[in-house]
Amino acid sequence: MLTLTCPYCGVAACETELAPGGEAHLERFGPGSSDADFEAYLFLRQNPHGVHIERWRHAMGCGKWFHAVRDTVTMEVFGTYPAQTYGPPEEIVAKVRERHPDWQVPEGGA
Amino acid sequence: MKRYSAFAIAREAIRGHLGWERAWANPEPRERYDVIIVGAGGHGLATAYYLGKNHGITNVAVLEKGWLGGGNTGRNTTIIRSNYLQDPSAAIYEKARSLYETLSQDLNYNVMFSPRGVMMLAQTEHEVRGYKRTAHANALQGVSTEYIGPERVKELCPIIRIEGPRYPVLGALWQPRGGTARHDAVAWGLARACSDMGMHILQKCAVTGVRRAGDRVVGVETTRGPIGCDKLGVVVAGHSGVLADMAGFRLPIESVALQALVSEPIKPCMDVVVMANTVHGYMSQSDKGEMVIGGGADGYNNYTQRGSFHHIEETVRALIETFPMLSRLKMLRQWGGIVDMTGDRSPILSKTPVEGVFINCGWGTGGFKAIPGSGWAMAELMATGASPLADPFSLGRFREGRFIDESVAAGVAH
Repeated sequence: MLTLTCPYCGVAACETELAPGGEAHLERFGPGSSDADFEAYLFLRQNPHGVHIERWRHAMGCGKWFHAVRDTVTMEVFGTYPAQTYGPPEEIVAKVRERHPDWQVPEGGA
Repeated sequence: MKRYSAFAIAREAIRGHLGWERAWANPEPRERYDVIIVGAGGHGLATAYYLGKNHGITNVAVLEKGWLGGGNTGRNTTIIRSNYLQDPSAAIYEKARSLYETLSQDLNYNVMFSPRGVMMLAQTEHEVRGYKRTAHANALQGVSTEYIGPERVKELCPIIRIEGPRYPVLGALWQPRGGTARHDAVAWGLARACSDMGMHILQKCAVTGVRRAGDRVVGVETTRGPIGCDKLGVVVAGHSGVLADMAGFRLPIESVALQALVSEPIKPCMDVVVMANTVHGYMSQSDKGEMVIGGGADGYNNYTQRGSFHHIEETVRALIETFPMLSRLKMLRQWGGIVDMTGDRSPILSKTPVEGVFINCGWGTGGFKAIPGSGWAMAELMATGASPLADPFSLGRFREGRFIDESVAAGVAH
């Protein structure tokens, strides 16, 4: 059972309490953007075999959106942080690099 | 290759079963092939099989990082149906279903296709309307389905409780020629037929890189050394994103775990396949007597081949309401597979930005039923550059907004 700690209310919530929201830090494109950018925003995903930065909502708790950094292979959770940012904080990046020394925060937001 | 037949069984019975051959060869890789298919699951092997059978291309290698049919081909719930709403889906799934009818004879290998009938229960007014619409669409597409009432449901499947408290059975979409097949046998039969045509099936041969000359593919790096090719077919389901990354493009795919479970074996009690999409569970009885149960996919990306524990509870809880007799059954084992989900829940059969690389993926939670049709279309696409069955499923549809929106049509992953 996947457990994430909500960075707002501090509750260690199991996945039945949470709603997954997909890849985080997508750069948004709307009307007036090129077809390629719009397609990439709507459909193309990193889908990494490894470290994934993603959005979650504490649906059955405080109801707020937050971010989590998680390994999609081992299910290890490297940390969670609030939604109002453009990337993961340094301490989470450092924690990921303990396991994956060459890991870089993905470009283009995510 | 010696053919399997009643005569062969009699001959081997007399000779002490010493004359059976290996079903497929285990060769050393050549330096190059005309076509390399990555992934020796059902779809990859079917692609190779129809490349040889329909297009005469037999200098083919099928590379597999694990063992043959050890991925989703060996992990699904073996349901075969073609009752889809959209025309391109109905065309390719019905092609596959009709090929399944004669696949055992084509391959000289018993895939145990059992057209026992598939019913999709309508348990809300929304579903009643949806399935009536699908039945009308299927009539126009030449797919034999009908909408049936609750009495007929009870007649076909006596263990169903029609008057459920939360979700009574209001009717069903019935496809009498849908059913099941033995999933391992499909992979084994295709592998045997491919090997017989002189193709190489290279197991424990993981692809670690894609070699390009400019925008063209020239080969792959593998754990058994570099291998050259003219055309590369990537048919690796959940791991498509990993291979696309090696070739240098991105896919509209997210990989999640989907799980299934089986009960202890019991006496025959259900001779149809029942799918209940509102409560999200589906069930059939295997030839061994186990109740084979499938449920929901995880909501978040992962590659664990395990699945979330609470989905088992949700699925079983839903099925017990509709099939009260299940409540006393013990569950025997559970497993998960990694499924590749696209934005519109329809597959991708397409050329890619890299010349010579073709991709067949995105079958999501329902790839087994499509194996022969997918292989047929993919082989045609790779051999001739176009295929009427595959063309609507190109990668370009996401940019152009030409979705084949089965997620809306089915209301759930399907």
